[in-house]
Amino acid sequence: MSTELIIALIKSNVVLAVLLTNTILLIWLERKLVAGMQSRVGPDRAGPFGILQTVADAIKLLLKEQIMPLKADRAMYLLAPIIALVPSFLIFMIIPLGPDLNIEIGGKDYIVDFVGADLNVGVLYFLALSSIAVYSVVLAGWSSGSKYPLLGGVRASAQMISYEAAMGLSLVPVILYSGSLSLVDIVSSQSGNLSTTIPILSSIVSFIPKWNIFPQFIAFGIFFIAAVAEVNRAPFDLVEAEQELVGGFHTEYSGFRFAMFFLAEYINMFNMCAITATFFLGGWLGPTFEGILPPIISAIMPIIWLGVKTFALLFIFVWIRATLPRLRYDQLMELGWKRLIPASLVWLILSAIVLGLREFGLPWS
Amino acid sequence: MVEALLFFAPASLIIIGALIVIFAKNPVHNAMGLVMTLVSLAIIYITLNATFVAMVQMLVYAGAVMTLFLFVIMMIGVDKKEQTTDSIKGQTFLVSGVFLILISLLAYVAISSDFKWDLWFPPVEFDAEGTPQLIAGALFTEWIFPFEIISLLLIVATAAAIALAYDTKKRNSNA
Repeated sequence: MSTELIIALIKSNVVLAVLLTNTILLIWLERKLVAGMQSRVGPDRAGPFGILQTVADAIKLLLKEQIMPLKADRAMYLLAPIIALVPSFLIFMIIPLGPDLNIEIGGKDYIVDFVGADLNVGVLYFLALSSIAVYSVVLAGWSSGSKYPLLGGVRASAQMISYEAAMGLSLVPVILYSGSLSLVDIVSSQSGNLSTTIPILSSIVSFIPKWNIFPQFIAFGIFFIAAVAEVNRAPFDLVEAEQELVGGFHTEYSGFRFAMFFLAEYINMFNMCAITATFFLGGWLGPTFEGILPPIISAIMPIIWLGVKTFALLFIFVWIRATLPRLRYDQLMELGWKRLIPASLVWLILSAIVLGLREFGLPWS
Repeated sequence: MVEALLFFAPASLIIIGALIVIFAKNPVHNAMGLVMTLVSLAIIYITLNATFVAMVQMLVYAGAVMTLFLFVIMMIGVDKKEQTTDSIKGQTFLVSGVFLILISLLAYVAISSDFKWDLWFPPVEFDAEGTPQLIAGALFTEWIFPFEIISLLLIVATAAAIALAYDTKKRNSNA
């Protein structure tokens, strides 16, 4: 076997393990946070602080009976959870977790790059896979042969197509600023501090990092709203509005297949936050405290920084869910098409003008 | 070995998907067969180092166009068996006859000409790092005029679609 193949196998197994354990933590964290915000206790029986509650739930779902509705379309019904899960794992592969690391094993130097795959079309890859993920919801809704899932599926397809457009458009200014479609290059373009871009205030802002969120704050807002809508979270969870649609597209799913949808939703949420951190918050960049901390800890500091940023964003996701009421369907469409898409287009033109002025100067000078 | 696997796996998926498009009775299955063909085609593009084309293929065709297809199928409720009887009498025999004539013509031309059947051409070495940059460079310098003309055409088409769909009577009665 070639070395590349072994490295790829190790990487994919690490990603699988990280994402699965992370989901367990994430579900527990969300339940605890929402409980705290609603003055409840939350899960507290299994393990310390109820942290093993998710494990117990997962075992319960694995052992449950798998029910298939009589009128279900068999092939599509079985396919839908798989389509939900695969893109969510694949998206994580392009998120850079840290800088290249030199490891010496047996006198030979190895370079380990902390990223699944550094694609030169990374941004497009992310958008392409998140558009593939729409199929899982649509197919699950249609193939169940039941009216509530169908309504949920139709809503989902309209919602996800609408917000994908806003999401893609809000990323274009970031790509213009960074000058690359590769996520590794986008992260490295954010290193340094703001004083390099604004010369007048350099003494004041020199401690602020050169993250994309500062020049691109509107793009960040649009992207974050679109990301919440894209993963069908409250207040955009019309796809699975309990009061109207029972459970939405996964009403007729039970047992392990339901668990796959659940897992995909949380992995997508985590991916969205990690990608937002990568695009706007500098990704793994941060002080590594080399010399103060032992070298092994300062080597994994980038991963810790990315984790801190991602979980800060995830906290906002949960906070939004616990705070805001659900939008009505026409309000959702209006926000997407009449507010976010025009705003992102105007912001794109403004950023392009600023960049052009900086690059070429005034047209008449 | 790996290269052969990377070619034959998606290639066979393309053919299976295309057969599903033709032979499946349910419109949703047909649409999903087409998605399978398009995604497998994107994998072939990646093996040919055309990563940008592959991603655009996934994003535009497999992502947007086919989702709209499915949306329409589900919305207007044609998700039942299509009719299999001939609408023109004897159309199956007619079409099969024309197809046979055309394919034999093609076979005759292919055999009689100097066309080489050697499909295993040597791999081409090129700079894989720059595919998006190469495409952007070509598009925005050499082909800028056709590019702008196409964008104008698309805007005209979009505006026309909105104008056609815009119901002035309903709008006035609401206001």
